[in-house]
Amino acid sequence: MPTPIDREQVQRLLAEENGQLVEVLPTDEYEDEHLPGAINIPLKTLDAQTTRRLDRERPVIVYCHDYQ
Amino acid sequence: MSPRAAARLASIGFTRVYDYVAGKADWGAAGLPLEGSSGSETRAGAHARRDVPTCRLDEPLAQIRERVEQADWDTCFVVDQEGVVLGRLGRSALQRDDDLTVEQAMTPGPSTIRPSARLNDVVARMRKQNLSNLPVTTSNGQLVGLLAREDAERAIG
Repeated sequence: MPTPIDREQVQRLLAEENGQLVEVLPTDEYEDEHLPGAINIPLKTLDAQTTRRLDRERPVIVYCHDYQ
Repeated sequence: MSPRAAARLASIGFTRVYDYVAGKADWGAAGLPLEGSSGSETRAGAHARRDVPTCRLDEPLAQIRERVEQADWDTCFVVDQEGVVLGRLGRSALQRDDDLTVEQAMTPGPSTIRPSARLNDVVARMRKQNLSNLPVTTSNGQLVGLLAREDAERAIG
């Protein structure tokens, strides 16, 4: 079950657990701006193939623009 | 969108999935850096003057006036112990009677912008409202600095 988290928890997961940031917005929005170190996997392309580069042992933090 | 992405990842078999629901709007509004073609340099936070003077509600007005003048400023932001903006002392407020408290002299609740505000939008607002500067605060109200119109106009060319 995915866990909703806030900014402070994001920073903690990145610093302490080597969390992986994934922006799920379309590529043009990702290229416009994104969180440092984030990779882009647009929601529409999210599947077993496109997520192969993610480490399943580490936290995965997904985000978009805001509460959409 | 991110809740659906998080659910999709869980359905694929990921077990450590977290959803940063407030997203990059929240990140930028907190004054944290963003990467990409727009970059932080096009945002208000990158150009805010961070040495703008601050004071507390309980400080003597005369003392604040002296400190502000010595720092070559003509304004001062009243903040609480967390740095959250409570009010602003402008030029005329700083010149008022010494017996006034900061709370009496300040303009409470000044309009602010977030560090992630786009400079083009901010400059348009400043021109429309004839503003010479705007305070920049994080989404929880903490002062980042003061964005001067001249700095913003110079930055956008």
